[in-house]
Amino acid sequence: MANKDLDRGSRALTQKSKRYSIFSLARNAASYHQNWQQAWRHAEPKSAYDAVIIGGGGHGLATAYYLANIHGMTKIAVIEKGWLGGGNTGRNTTIIRSNYMWDESAGIYEHALKLWEGLSQDLNFNVMFSQRGVLTITHSEHELKGMSRRVHAIRLNGIDSDILTPAEIKKRVPTINISPDIRYPVMGGFVQKRGGTARHDAVAWGYARAADDLGVDIIQNCEVIGLRRNGSQITGIETSKGFVKTPKVGCVVAGHSSVVADMANIRLPIASRPLQALVSEPIKPILDTVIMSNAVHMYISQSDKGEIVLGAGVDKYNSYAQTGSWPVPEHMAAAAVDLFPFLSRLRMLRQWGGIVDTCPDASPIISKTDINGLYFNCGWGTGGFKSTPGSGHIFADLIAHDRPNSIALPYGLKRFETGYLIDEHGAAGVAH
Amino acid sequence: MLKIKCPICGNRDETEFSCGGEAHIARPLVDNKLTDKAFSEYLFMRDNPKGIFLERWCHTSGCRRWFNLARDTISHEIIEVYPIGQMPKTAKGKKSYQANWRRRSKAEAASKPAKRIVK
Ligand SMILES: Cc1cc2nc3c(=O)[nH]c(=O)nc-3n(C[C@H](O)[C@H](O)[C@H](O)COP(=O)(O)OP(=O)(O)OC[C@H]3O[C@@H](n4cnc5c(N)ncnc54)[C@H](O)[C@@H]3O)c2cc1C
Ligand SMILES: [Zn+2]
Repeated sequence: MANKDLDRGSRALTQKSKRYSIFSLARNAASYHQNWQQAWRHAEPKSAYDAVIIGGGGHGLATAYYLANIHGMTKIAVIEKGWLGGGNTGRNTTIIRSNYMWDESAGIYEHALKLWEGLSQDLNFNVMFSQRGVLTITHSEHELKGMSRRVHAIRLNGIDSDILTPAEIKKRVPTINISPDIRYPVMGGFVQKRGGTARHDAVAWGYARAADDLGVDIIQNCEVIGLRRNGSQITGIETSKGFVKTPKVGCVVAGHSSVVADMANIRLPIASRPLQALVSEPIKPILDTVIMSNAVHMYISQSDKGEIVLGAGVDKYNSYAQTGSWPVPEHMAAAAVDLFPFLSRLRMLRQWGGIVDTCPDASPIISKTDINGLYFNCGWGTGGFKSTPGSGHIFADLIAHDRPNSIALPYGLKRFETGYLIDEHGAAGVAH
Repeated sequence: MLKIKCPICGNRDETEFSCGGEAHIARPLVDNKLTDKAFSEYLFMRDNPKGIFLERWCHTSGCRRWFNLARDTISHEIIEVYPIGQMPKTAKGKKSYQANWRRRSKAEAASKPAKRIVK
């Protein structure tokens, strides 16, 4: 289970002149917001670092921040081939919860949720974490039974989880259709009230700004194209901006994990798949919680801008094209309209895909490798946004001490040899 | 939407098919003692290329036959369709077959009779 002595690090951006506050807002309003300082420097790669993080998504940036803040490693860099958060971090539907079934999962996801609670204060950046609750609904007798088994397992781990009847669901979500005659009738559900959503870009930006303030170089538009090693020790990385020497490399590249692992002849059990989402035109507040369904494989929430955010399951074949194929959103929209008839008149504004790193047991890989100084953090697949702070926190600990802590230990690559899988596919049926 | 040419039924929409993942994964023979690490290469490790990928598909809502596909994972272009138990015939397909790390893995070597494994 989650560790008791959670070290969040010291509060970021303590220097008064740089802090965001009501006073800085007033001060900058007086100068028509023309004089805000830049959030982070535009760094170019230096010739050597103590550690390099590949991938400027939320997980990579969080790793760098905790490395600098908790472990005092400030001569480090984050190398991103595109722009910060341009991968899955900026493409996800932002559902946050910790109600997973297995003890190992409870450990990691609850660790993350504890960090979310207070993250805006830690980073001095409003990540708009909103504990609006996550409600999971079930559609058959068997699913209902499976759900109660799961709810009790979750509660035994001290994680909040309440079973709801269809009438109770209707009370919380008046727009839902609980008629027994629909294609997927609502038979019951359960809610994690501490779950919710956050603003994805803000998470990347908040970590980037706080890491930069501690001296971390954040380098965008720079692709890692090779890993250099001497025997079984990593010695540096080849990038589109030249060679960078470093004894420690943390790879946090999500859908591109196999591509980077190939550079070091390391095998991963990962398949890269598109995961899609849709948003509607903005409307007035109508949904104040997150609803997800495993059987229909649909989840829905309303963003602070008023858009209805819809997501579904992964596409069925491997792909590196960040689009996805049409039958998936079509199926998702049909299910969503069945459950929420008011959606049928809404126009969808945007659709997109992200390439997620799916793992056979639907659990992440946080691991050392056969090469000294080379670490991987991947396999979060369709559900890693919720764990961004926790993932960065324990990955930084792994890189700094070259050994997994108790939360990370079950997530090593070794589990694919020992067979000690953390099968959240079977347990949860859904991985968001 | 992909249009896939089933070798039996001809061109059909992707919704009629299921994708079975990486093709040409041979099961190690029991006589060949493998370490757990080498066996996990067969069981769990997967080729996941950004480029041409050889994969198995099944025409689930049609003739229910399995077949192989060489497909580009960036453009989704289908390079060739070829039967189960056969090798790709196009240059791109052949190259992808050879480039796959599995060709040099202990697990694949162990899928052939024991005497042929070079220690
Ligand atoms: C549509 C969609 C919906 C989702 N919904 C949810 C949800 O509701 N809840 C949830 O918890 N999770 C969800 N997820 C999953 C979640 O988004 C991811 O698990 C998480 O954001 C991964 O973060 P990351 O930092 O590891 O990866 P990313 O944000 O993808 O960052 C990886 C970065 O690595 C960079 N990179 C790759 N290769 C290289 C290279 N060679 N050199 C340099 N940089 C490189 C990429 O450009 C990218 O920016 C969803 C994902 C998608 C696509
Ligand atoms: Zn057919």
